[in-house]
Amino acid sequence: MAKSATLGEMLAQRGISRRSFMKFCAATASLMALPPGMAPGMAAALAQAKRPSVIWLSFQECTGCTESLTRSHSPTLEGMIFDLISLDYHHTLQAAAGFQAEEAREHAMKEFDGQYLLVVDGSIPVADDGIYSTIAGISNKDMLIESAQGAAAIIAVGTCAAFGGIPKANPNPTGAVAVSDLIKDKPIVNVSGCPPIPVVITGVLAHFLTFGSLPALDHLGRPKAFFGESIHDRCYRRPFYDQGKFAKTFDDEGARNGWCLYELGCKGPTTYNACATVKWNAGTSFPIESGHGCLGCSEPDFWDKGSFYRPLSTGEWGTGAGIAAAVAAGAAIGAGAALMSRRRQEAIAKEK
Amino acid sequence: MDLLDFARGPALQWSLYILVIGVAWRLIGVLLLRRKADHSEPRSTATARGALFTIWRRMWPRKEFQARTVYGQTVGYVFHIGLALVVFGFVPHILFIKDLTGLSWPGLPSNVVYLIGVVTLAALILALVRRMTHPVLRLLSNFDDYFSWIVTTLPVLTGLLAVAHLGARYETLLAIHILSVELLFVWFPFGKLMHAILFAFSRGSTGALFARRGAST
Repeated sequence: MAKSATLGEMLAQRGISRRSFMKFCAATASLMALPPGMAPGMAAALAQAKRPSVIWLSFQECTGCTESLTRSHSPTLEGMIFDLISLDYHHTLQAAAGFQAEEAREHAMKEFDGQYLLVVDGSIPVADDGIYSTIAGISNKDMLIESAQGAAAIIAVGTCAAFGGIPKANPNPTGAVAVSDLIKDKPIVNVSGCPPIPVVITGVLAHFLTFGSLPALDHLGRPKAFFGESIHDRCYRRPFYDQGKFAKTFDDEGARNGWCLYELGCKGPTTYNACATVKWNAGTSFPIESGHGCLGCSEPDFWDKGSFYRPLSTGEWGTGAGIAAAVAAGAAIGAGAALMSRRRQEAIAKEK
Repeated sequence: MDLLDFARGPALQWSLYILVIGVAWRLIGVLLLRRKADHSEPRSTATARGALFTIWRRMWPRKEFQARTVYGQTVGYVFHIGLALVVFGFVPHILFIKDLTGLSWPGLPSNVVYLIGVVTLAALILALVRRMTHPVLRLLSNFDDYFSWIVTTLPVLTGLLAVAHLGARYETLLAIHILSVELLFVWFPFGKLMHAILFAFSRGSTGALFARRGAST
């Protein structure tokens, strides 16, 4: 497929109807919280847009992000991502291997210098000169820095690329860091989640192609349209929280009645993502709907925030032995203070 | 480590240690003080009963002073009962206590607790207004009174702000709420808030003494 072809031409060649395309634009505009009138504008812009070259780098990751995107039910909005872009390099998906694969990346970098999008999933190990993950003999760190130089923007897909994720979890033996820890001079969008919601990636790409800019981001660099509200605030079980109805175990009456999972450790109140609204598997459900609390996977360091099954309002307060020692110490100080007081009283009494 | 991790981790741990050390220190220190010998002949031996009765009796207003104390007592009852309901009735608070002590009980609906929280906050503000405007009370008040009011009111205020998502993101407000509770933990043993524990001992000893002497409490 010629890269100079517009997206509209390409979609027409692929037999995608105007009606389907308009539905896609309307849905995407809605998901991005854009005004309703933006859908036709988005359609016009996308139809004329050149498919951007995309280099997709996979570093310290489990391939879950790519699996999330490619194994979603088809046809879906997220499936359109491959129609929106020219995926010139992707370790997992490309047919080329070895020298040819790296040549494809270098070619795309040269031909589309300053224009290509760089998508990264996985964290980057920097300990011991980055030897813990290399591709074609190049460390992840060097490959990222090299590939980022000519990128128009970077999309860090998944919590590993966005915040370091599970590889960064304590004790972080590989010295894993996020993309934003290494790249400071390029616009970066963090599409966090373990894995991220596929339609969020599509939405960011559609926004980039429509407006030529990245969407509004929150303080963690995530698109506000998808990460603006907490899971808890959009959860269909929220009314049960307000009524004080909680499941105590995963198989009690409360669980069967679909009551709030706060007591079972749900991290929905401090987790920002679109799971509760966009949902997963073609809008089928999301983890809470399936009966399990939110793990908070789209937040930084979610793996190191204590047990997934301890309620949010509990803390890391130490041990009973520590508290007992504090009681003993306090009692000893109190006894000492009382003893000193008694001696002083005795001394005063003797003086009299 | 973000602010919430700090509040739920080291700050919680150290504030609890200070609370426990401070309470044990003051309680043991007071209980082991020398007592004045009472050489009078006891009128009654039911001193324990007298102690318990006085603890109970002095929780309720005296008719003789009702007209002059109705405002202060009403406000006092509202915020004391309100604080108890918010602290011990809100399910996330119960879960915190359960995690610490293993004790738990059924909670109130969250919306009801929010309403009680608002009423409690209003009563606390009215109590401060009275303290600042009443000529005698103002003269009697010192830093301890005002600071104790602040550390009592902050958890109520920050809790309501967290619920309403007002002023900052929820996780930041939650962290501030927890930190405000930890400030209360740290201050509790060393200021007038310790009355929450000492009231029973002071009233009890007074009641026991009065009972021994055959006086009405």
